[in-house]
Amino acid sequence: MIRLCTVSAIALAAGFSVSAAGAATLNVVCSNEQAWCDLMAQNFKIDTGVDVAMVRKSTGEVLAQIRAEAGNPKIDVWWGGTGDPHMIAAAEDLTEPSGVDTSELLGWARNMADMTDGKAIGVHVGLLGMIYNTEVVAEKKLDPPACWRDLAKPEYKGEIQVANPKSSGTAYTELATLVQLFGEDEGFKLLAEIGANINQYTKSGSAPGKAVARGETTIGIGFMHDMVNLKKQGFPVQIVAPCEGTGYETGAVSVIKGTPHLEEAKKWVEYVISADAQSAGLEVGVYNIPSNPGAKTDPDAPDMASVKLIDYDYKTYGSSETRTRLLERWDAEVKNAGGQIQE
Amino acid sequence: MKRTAGLWLLIGLIGYALLPWYLVGDPGFWRFGWLADPVLLGPSALVSLFQGRWWLAAPLVGFAAAGLTLGLCARQLAVARGLVGSGALGLLLMLAQGLLILGQGPRFGFPSGASQSGMGAGALVVAAALLFVLTTGISGLGKGRGDAFISGLVGAIVALVGLFVFYPMAFILVRAFELRDGSGFGFGEFLPRLFSPEIWSGACMVGAGWCGPAVNSVVLALATAAGTTLLGLAFALIVTRTEFRAKKLLRVLSILPIITPPFVIGLALILLFGRAGTITVGLYEVFGIEQTRWLYGFWGVWLSQMLSFTPIAFLVLIGVVEGVSPSMEEASQTLDADRWQTFRYVTWPLMRPGLANAFLLAFIESLADFGNPLVLGGNFDVLSTEIYFSIVGTVADPAQAAILSVTLLGLMLAVFLIQRQWVGKKNYATVTGKADSGRNAALNPVLRWTCYGVAIPWAMFTAMIYALIIFGSFVKLWGYDHSFTFEHYVRAFKIVVRNGVHFVGSAWDSYFTTLWIAGISAPLTAVVGLATAYLLVRQKFAFKSAFEFSTMLSFAIPGTVIGVAYVMAFNFPPVELTGTAIILVIVFVFRNMPVGVRGGIAAMSQLDKSLDEASIMLGANSFTTLRRVIMPLMGPAILAALTYSFVRAITSVSAVIFLVSAQYNMATAFIVGRVENGEYGISIAYASVLIVTMLACILLMQLMIGRRRLRRSDRVEAH
Repeated sequence: MIRLCTVSAIALAAGFSVSAAGAATLNVVCSNEQAWCDLMAQNFKIDTGVDVAMVRKSTGEVLAQIRAEAGNPKIDVWWGGTGDPHMIAAAEDLTEPSGVDTSELLGWARNMADMTDGKAIGVHVGLLGMIYNTEVVAEKKLDPPACWRDLAKPEYKGEIQVANPKSSGTAYTELATLVQLFGEDEGFKLLAEIGANINQYTKSGSAPGKAVARGETTIGIGFMHDMVNLKKQGFPVQIVAPCEGTGYETGAVSVIKGTPHLEEAKKWVEYVISADAQSAGLEVGVYNIPSNPGAKTDPDAPDMASVKLIDYDYKTYGSSETRTRLLERWDAEVKNAGGQIQE
Repeated sequence: MKRTAGLWLLIGLIGYALLPWYLVGDPGFWRFGWLADPVLLGPSALVSLFQGRWWLAAPLVGFAAAGLTLGLCARQLAVARGLVGSGALGLLLMLAQGLLILGQGPRFGFPSGASQSGMGAGALVVAAALLFVLTTGISGLGKGRGDAFISGLVGAIVALVGLFVFYPMAFILVRAFELRDGSGFGFGEFLPRLFSPEIWSGACMVGAGWCGPAVNSVVLALATAAGTTLLGLAFALIVTRTEFRAKKLLRVLSILPIITPPFVIGLALILLFGRAGTITVGLYEVFGIEQTRWLYGFWGVWLSQMLSFTPIAFLVLIGVVEGVSPSMEEASQTLDADRWQTFRYVTWPLMRPGLANAFLLAFIESLADFGNPLVLGGNFDVLSTEIYFSIVGTVADPAQAAILSVTLLGLMLAVFLIQRQWVGKKNYATVTGKADSGRNAALNPVLRWTCYGVAIPWAMFTAMIYALIIFGSFVKLWGYDHSFTFEHYVRAFKIVVRNGVHFVGSAWDSYFTTLWIAGISAPLTAVVGLATAYLLVRQKFAFKSAFEFSTMLSFAIPGTVIGVAYVMAFNFPPVELTGTAIILVIVFVFRNMPVGVRGGIAAMSQLDKSLDEASIMLGANSFTTLRRVIMPLMGPAILAALTYSFVRAITSVSAVIFLVSAQYNMATAFIVGRVENGEYGISIAYASVLIVTMLACILLMQLMIGRRRLRRSDRVEAH
């Protein structure tokens, strides 16, 4: 007993010495890659003098948390991650307009702000694409895919991996893209045909790309900027922009409603949409497309001019009703249709 | 009784008059900032009362009633009744004002314009004082053998479990009754949704389609629990009953998986057994065995759970196997039984509580496990991952999460009841006060070689995985570019010595936070857990089974649900803790408490009651008995509880993911982020540092607590 008390006392004492820091700080929750989160926080602190406490969480986790904390938020700003949850948060009145000037941003970033009454401002775009492992393709003597329709070829049976749209925003973007490209009935037919080739529906959207990189599967679907990162790390992969055209996600920044640090939060928003701040992403391997036209980009990164893009309808496909309906249909017509699923 | 009650009354009044009633803003009381800067202390309840917050008189009513009782009543029974009444009254009134007057104003518009923030230190002390006045009264009524310490302990644990398990869980479970169209609550949809084929389908068993997550979870948990219990037993028998030379090494090896941050084992398994894994490729090249993806699914998850949870079974079983009295075994052999018969009919039945507890723990661990199914599950959906994704998935459905949680709890309840049936009401006491200097019977050769045959390959397998993990942290790109590098360690743990020491590595912040939070929560967990075990084994009181089950609850609830429930319950007054370090400590204490309870029960069932009775008869009260007689005999159980809760606080993911805040980030949350981004190198480097840190801490704890001395020679009978 006495020893236990001593142990806790020592631990407590150690704790105080670490947690002695105080003062008002801006609480930022970040849904980008950790290194990018850290770098932005560090640069912001240096450039503006405002102290930042930063934590990284996935978009679904952030949305669940700000819903639970509504009315008494412990987070001030939410930066990064796919745009859909930002739009949902805006629609549910969990975030508030920052009033920051967005006029110098690219069109899609301003669109996002307009659609949400300035609550969510676009910070980057990520394009949807395919990736395949060149070694495995050569070994199995397969033709690499070039289009969405190629994925339905019987020769790819058991070779394709994609995330589960019920758990991953990436996969939902893919589902919505195919529906917008081919029409709803035709899109689901194609999805079911591709479904027959799928070996695994992963939980996380970036998992298929990683599995391809390590040769665990042959072909994967995901966001191209993640794939560029894998390629730069040295994996034997090739990235494909589907020939029919592709969809995209818009990452955003939002100020949480009821924040006690509104002034500092505005500064953060202003900062992350500035050209200098966005250019820094290249230092840590961020290859998505920044929303400020003045920001630097990497020559290997996908750019919007060279890829055929669909006119992604956020208003329809971001709404809860469409989402629920499409996902129920996916459950019935794609997932339960089976295929090469091994349990 | 009067003296005890009077003392608590005094403590309560001091708390009321001097300590800050509310928790004060940023940095609040719970962030410990007030220690450094006492000016931040807010007004006490007494001061607030005179500033117009008249409702704060609520606890005073209780104190006044208790004071009157103590002053006016003379008869023992009357005093006791009065104390019970006044304690209960005070607590109820205090609770009522806390729940009715919130941060944004009163709940029902009365009293208008009133608002208050979350309760702080003063409220804590006052509530504790009222509670103990109440329990002292109860003991005065003759309950709990009239022992104020026992009734106080029961009262304190009930209150804590109520506040930190039931109160937050209520927020989630109530949503199970939510109607789909959002029109409110009702029972109509609850049963159909609970028993829907979506959850319970067994289609995959007959070879068609998908199995429901509940079916998957049960099959997996049974397989894991059976496997880990047997494997843990084999290890425990080898360590205690044979003269195996490398016992120490075996002990360390079997502990390793428990201190491994999540994802790391799964990652190593993929690199070994995945379609492009080293072993898979090797088998293909040498024997032409086809490269398949068998790892992603039931077998992969099972394998990784076996690796992760065997140590828990081992930790529970080793104390039990050690404790089985040699006298019994010697008696058996004197009666001409051979070694097998002795094991089968004497040792095995005496180990039942240990086996049952190990099985139960592994079953629950497997049900609630989140990291392994996430990495290796493939299309094998289990309840824990389904719950996570019904909260954070593309369509958030808290009602579905609640229903899945109810399913999970139901499964756990079923196994808990079966386990109790199997252990039964027999007496398992083998550590008695009687002279007991025999040696444990050696295992018969068949059993011994079976144990070796099972445990040694497993130990080698574990060792290989860890060698691989260490290797992975020193190479550039694990699996592809195996050139040696320190880069990952430097990025995570860089230190600059210029004008003092600066910890500039990206991992330092979360590393320090994790260690001190785990360091605070571990001893607290051990104290709460073992105290509960003591009550359950040694004391009799009303509703004991319900009490026992309620202490197990928090363990079975998946971390994600606990996390969200804590945010919902503790983000607003009367108890506002989110964004603080305290909430992390609390979540660990109440989540890991069941391990302390189970280990404590298993160890304590072996201590003969005559030891307590002798102590009580010699005039010691139950607190002294606990401290001087039982505690010293509980060494292994204390160590297990401490080790386990310390380690779990460092390695748990799902519960903390909603609770970590920008100021208080945890190591696992950091690692998960890196793994998601595919930066395996730095994740594994960080994990390796954590493993080494935890090993050092465990060794330190082992030194501090020491071994229990049973006055038995440690030797095993020579074969």
